Amino acid sequence: MSILIYADSSNGKLTKNAFEAANYGAQLAQQTGSSATALVTGTVSGIEELGKYGISKVLHASDATLDSFDPQKITHVIAEAAKSIGADTIIFSHDYSGKSVAPRLAAKLDAGLVSGAIALPNTDGGFVVKKAVFSGKAFAFVEVNSATKIVSVLPNSIEKKIGEGSAAIEAFAVEIPTTNLKVKEVRKESTELSLTEADIVVSAGRGLKGPENWGMIEELAHELGAATACSRPVADIGWRPHHEHVGQTGFAIRPNLYIAIGISGAIQHLAGVNGSKVIVVINTDAEAPFFKAADYGIVGDAFEVVPKLIEAVKKLKAQQ
Amino acid sequence: MKILVCISKAPDTTAKIAFTDGNTKFDENGVQFIVNPYDEWYALVRGLELKEANGGTVTVLNVGGAENDPIIRKALAIGADDAVRIDAAATDALSVAKQISNYAKDKGFDLIFLGKETIDYNGSQVGGMVAELMNLPYVSLATKIDVSGDVATVERDIEGGVEVVEVTGALVLSAAKGMAEARIPNMRGIMAARTKPLAVEAGTDVTAVTSIKNFELPPAKSACKLVAADNVEELVSLLHNEAKAI
Ligand SMILES: Cc1cc2nc3c(=O)[nH]c(=O)nc-3n(C[C@H](O)[C@H](O)[C@H](O)COP(=O)(O)OP(=O)(O)OC[C@H]3O[C@@H](n4cnc5c(N)ncnc54)[C@H](O)[C@@H]3O)c2cc1C
Ligand SMILES: Nc1ncnc2c1ncn2[C@@H]1O[C@H](COP(=O)(O)O)[C@@H](O)[C@H]1O
Repeated sequence: MSILIYADSSNGKLTKNAFEAANYGAQLAQQTGSSATALVTGTVSGIEELGKYGISKVLHASDATLDSFDPQKITHVIAEAAKSIGADTIIFSHDYSGKSVAPRLAAKLDAGLVSGAIALPNTDGGFVVKKAVFSGKAFAFVEVNSATKIVSVLPNSIEKKIGEGSAAIEAFAVEIPTTNLKVKEVRKESTELSLTEADIVVSAGRGLKGPENWGMIEELAHELGAATACSRPVADIGWRPHHEHVGQTGFAIRPNLYIAIGISGAIQHLAGVNGSKVIVVINTDAEAPFFKAADYGIVGDAFEVVPKLIEAVKKLKAQQ
Repeated sequence: MKILVCISKAPDTTAKIAFTDGNTKFDENGVQFIVNPYDEWYALVRGLELKEANGGTVTVLNVGGAENDPIIRKALAIGADDAVRIDAAATDALSVAKQISNYAKDKGFDLIFLGKETIDYNGSQVGGMVAELMNLPYVSLATKIDVSGDVATVERDIEGGVEVVEVTGALVLSAAKGMAEARIPNMRGIMAARTKPLAVEAGTDVTAVTSIKNFELPPAKSACKLVAADNVEELVSLLHNEAKAI
């Protein structure tokens, strides 16, 4: 078995998800007694860092035409790299890049793809991968029967094993096809923390009564180093931007800590946040369904509780 | 402009999730099925808007059995011109993608729209596979598309931001929130849907490469620890010392 990991980059640096995918591949290699090689595309620095995540060899296709993200080109490069090392297993992160490339590669190689894996494959006599289905309301164990297997790992879902070491980088020369797609512009929503990558998320719903009351939510998020999110109706009425909407029809997130303020906890909302490690709910209604999904809760008025919470967090930080 | 919208069937978002046959089958008992929300609200409606602005046709396509006809009629009621059902079992993403591309490859579609993912198996796979099989550009999780002549300008979600791409010629796109506002079918639409063409075509012979062995329900969450509203410091201390989350 030979494993290839596609390590994605942004602004010339490998992403957090790339390191995670690399580590997943390295752990799988250890489990099966095979080798794990990473592939990096475009102008990227700090590649040797992959060594700490268990990767000893990196193929670097540094052609600058790969700096902008064209899934058709990247797919071609990954397929060539897989051929050159005889890879039978290819690993991606199930993030925005992974979602646009992994399925293409699966079709190209006629390979089975399990997207959004949350554990290492079970390789005892087969190849079975666990993933969340029904928007986190259940799990499925998916068997891959094709010769080549592709797995994309759900961000923030595996325990990382970090060690020492530096990866050897090998230049990978490959001809790049032309396509009909041109990247015109990349806009980061803001310099703030991205919602899908944040460790802590502070989220609020219709219980906040109006957009003018979000000051305290932003302040709490700021104190915690958290990103902000909201329920769907709040985004729909325009109290908050659409890119904050989490749930079944918005973003699905899996932070370490999710604080839900004035959100009832409808099943469609929970579908996007039930992967969070710790959930805190603040709601005036003790019967709000969200409490059933919560680890910690306060039955109380957000307008009283949140200012106190901000003070308490400040105090904790001052002590540290 | 010739537009194809691929729609799938999904359990209603409030459906109770349970399994039968030793946890190997989804229990459809009492479950109401809907058009997968991303396919209906975003892909289909944006397709209709583009047709209304530029002329052309919108065809909806589903891979599945006759039990899917009601959701196909729903898409016709919202405004699609005609529908095709590939009469084959939707066994896995790659086999569905092969059915779709085998059907679409010689039909000259300018735009092929899908949803960002199905809300049951959450694959986010079929769109990219169709694009590769048809050798077309693919824009995943698109939130906006405008078309001018044969150039489409598309915005898609990326980590912490948005990417704007320009595609010349035909393309495949998966639609995420932001694309359009959901439409509710009116009485005229529902009446018209009854007589709109729904062609049933035999599928091609394809084999699945993945299969679900079994399902599992998440362990029940332990009871929520309640903290008094006048004791917020206790919550912060629990989050810091016990949960180690801050
Ligand atoms: C197909 C479909 C898809 C959907 N997708 C999503 C989705 O992706 N995301 C999503 O969020 N929703 C989604 N919804 C909507 C969902 O069903 C709920 O309607 C929505 O989540 C409710 O938002 P909310 O909790 O902010 O508002 P409400 O349900 O109105 O709840 C407000 C809560 O605030 C509490 N409250 C009031 N005042 C205070 C106060 N002073 N202090 C503290 N608490 C207070 C109330 O007790 C109540 O629990 C979807 C619905 C459908 C049908
Ligand atoms: N059986 C099907 N028939 C037609 N289109 C489908 C089918 N299954 C999935 N799709 C389309 O592919 C998209 C992504 O599905 P998936 O990759 O399964 O998450 C859906 O939103 C639909 O647009």
